[in-house]
Amino acid sequence: MSKNISNEHSKYLKKLKKKKQAIFIVQISILVLGLGLWELAAKLNLIDSFLTSYPSQVWRLFLQYSKNGDLFYHVAISVFETVVGFLAGTILGILIAIGLWWSDFWAKVLDPYLVMLNSLPKTALAPIVIIWVGAGYSGIIVTAITVSIVITIMNMYVSFSSVDEDKIKLIETFGGSKLQVLNKVVLPYSIPTMISTLKVNIGLSWVGVIVGEFLVSKAGIGYLIVYGGQVFKLDLVMMSVFILALISALMYKIIAILENKFVKWQE
Amino acid sequence: MGKEKTVEVKNLKMVYHTISGETEAIKDISFSVFEGEILGIVGPSGCGKSTLLSIIAGLISPSSGEVLVNGQKVEKPSKNIGYMFQRDHLFEWRTILQNVLLGLEIMGKVDETSYKYAEDLLDNYGLGDFKNMYPRQLSGGMRQRVALIRTLIVEPNLLLLDEPFSALDYQTRLAIADEIGIILKKEKKTALLVTHDISEAISLSDRIIILSNRPATIKDTITIELSCPNGIRTPIKCREAPEFRYYFNKIWKELDVHV
Repeated sequence: MSKNISNEHSKYLKKLKKKKQAIFIVQISILVLGLGLWELAAKLNLIDSFLTSYPSQVWRLFLQYSKNGDLFYHVAISVFETVVGFLAGTILGILIAIGLWWSDFWAKVLDPYLVMLNSLPKTALAPIVIIWVGAGYSGIIVTAITVSIVITIMNMYVSFSSVDEDKIKLIETFGGSKLQVLNKVVLPYSIPTMISTLKVNIGLSWVGVIVGEFLVSKAGIGYLIVYGGQVFKLDLVMMSVFILALISALMYKIIAILENKFVKWQE
Repeated sequence: MGKEKTVEVKNLKMVYHTISGETEAIKDISFSVFEGEILGIVGPSGCGKSTLLSIIAGLISPSSGEVLVNGQKVEKPSKNIGYMFQRDHLFEWRTILQNVLLGLEIMGKVDETSYKYAEDLLDNYGLGDFKNMYPRQLSGGMRQRVALIRTLIVEPNLLLLDEPFSALDYQTRLAIADEIGIILKKEKKTALLVTHDISEAISLSDRIIILSNRPATIKDTITIELSCPNGIRTPIKCREAPEFRYYFNKIWKELDVHV
């Protein structure tokens, strides 16, 4: 690469940079403007702040909850449940998908069941799960697993089955076993699918955890939301939702960083 | 050419079964490949050329008949046999060096020496600077060369080439065919080259088998003797040999192509 960039090229680069800046500025403006209008509308009594709360009230509550440590307690519980549910759902899902890839017979046998389970809204299973497993962390974690596991199995199995036949043949011509086909081709080939499944599963696990907490918990972000709703403390509900959005975005970001690390060969 | 038979194919027959019926792909084929020889196999498309290679490689078993490689019956893939595909099938997630080492890795034979050997081979074939790159950073011709090294590094004494140049553009194809032909002769490898490109078959092979339409039988066997200019026998130079046209027309007629 040469260091002397032509005039035209530097203009092009400048244009790109400007566009990027503009996008960022507009993004921030939307947020500020939205919050500002909300605050203003509440202060001028254009909206009923009993039903909507308003940003400065939410912020005050946030400071209060942070000071007495309640916030971290609830957040820690929900994050713990989500991470465990997410990891268990993903790992179990991948293992089952490997099993289906290994045995064509069982893949065909289980196919209609998977299709049915996939179209079923998994949150409908939450009450059953909680009765069977228990109304504590374990019930909530298992709920989170049920939400993410079926889609993980299906996505991963499709990816495993779409490996080029000749690539498998190549391993076989070197005298490779089925386990080697799995390790050398099928799994590495499916890493991009695995990462995109992880991204989806983060959101799904949160769905499971929040629904679980709605139903039974005595702590967690889902509990705060339900409690806030029941006693009409809308500032509490709003705060919880904002925190939820921030944390799940953060988790998504972590996966994206992992992605950059693991799939260098794709760029 | 030594008179040792590296491959012996005896009365091979192959029938495929599907729900809609059965297809006879190969009907009674017998031939031998001698040590150090490159045997070309040409035939109309869909005549079972690739099936034949898969059987010799031990990937599928024939309906009847048998294949001997180095005097031993082929029942499963063996490290004595190297297989090259139409496409290079380099693994995108591995660097060039890691791709080259794939076969040794599967056989559990990667050590200091093999690393050194792999690097030497890459250097020899002009790919030394690319060893830490990923396949997508290489051109089609370079990728196919890497695929050849991946096959050669396990030191097979028989190479099965299944239209190994057909995925390349024309210029690259000529250059790579030439290069691989020279390498095969230099390393004194015995090879079976399946192709539908008549010129390619003539320029690379010592002998050519012409297969009929499905179910495949051997229509003719032609020994190629080209008087290459200046006595340099490289595939591209051989295309200038006066006998080239004669062989081309002969094979073309035998193939009996109707469109």
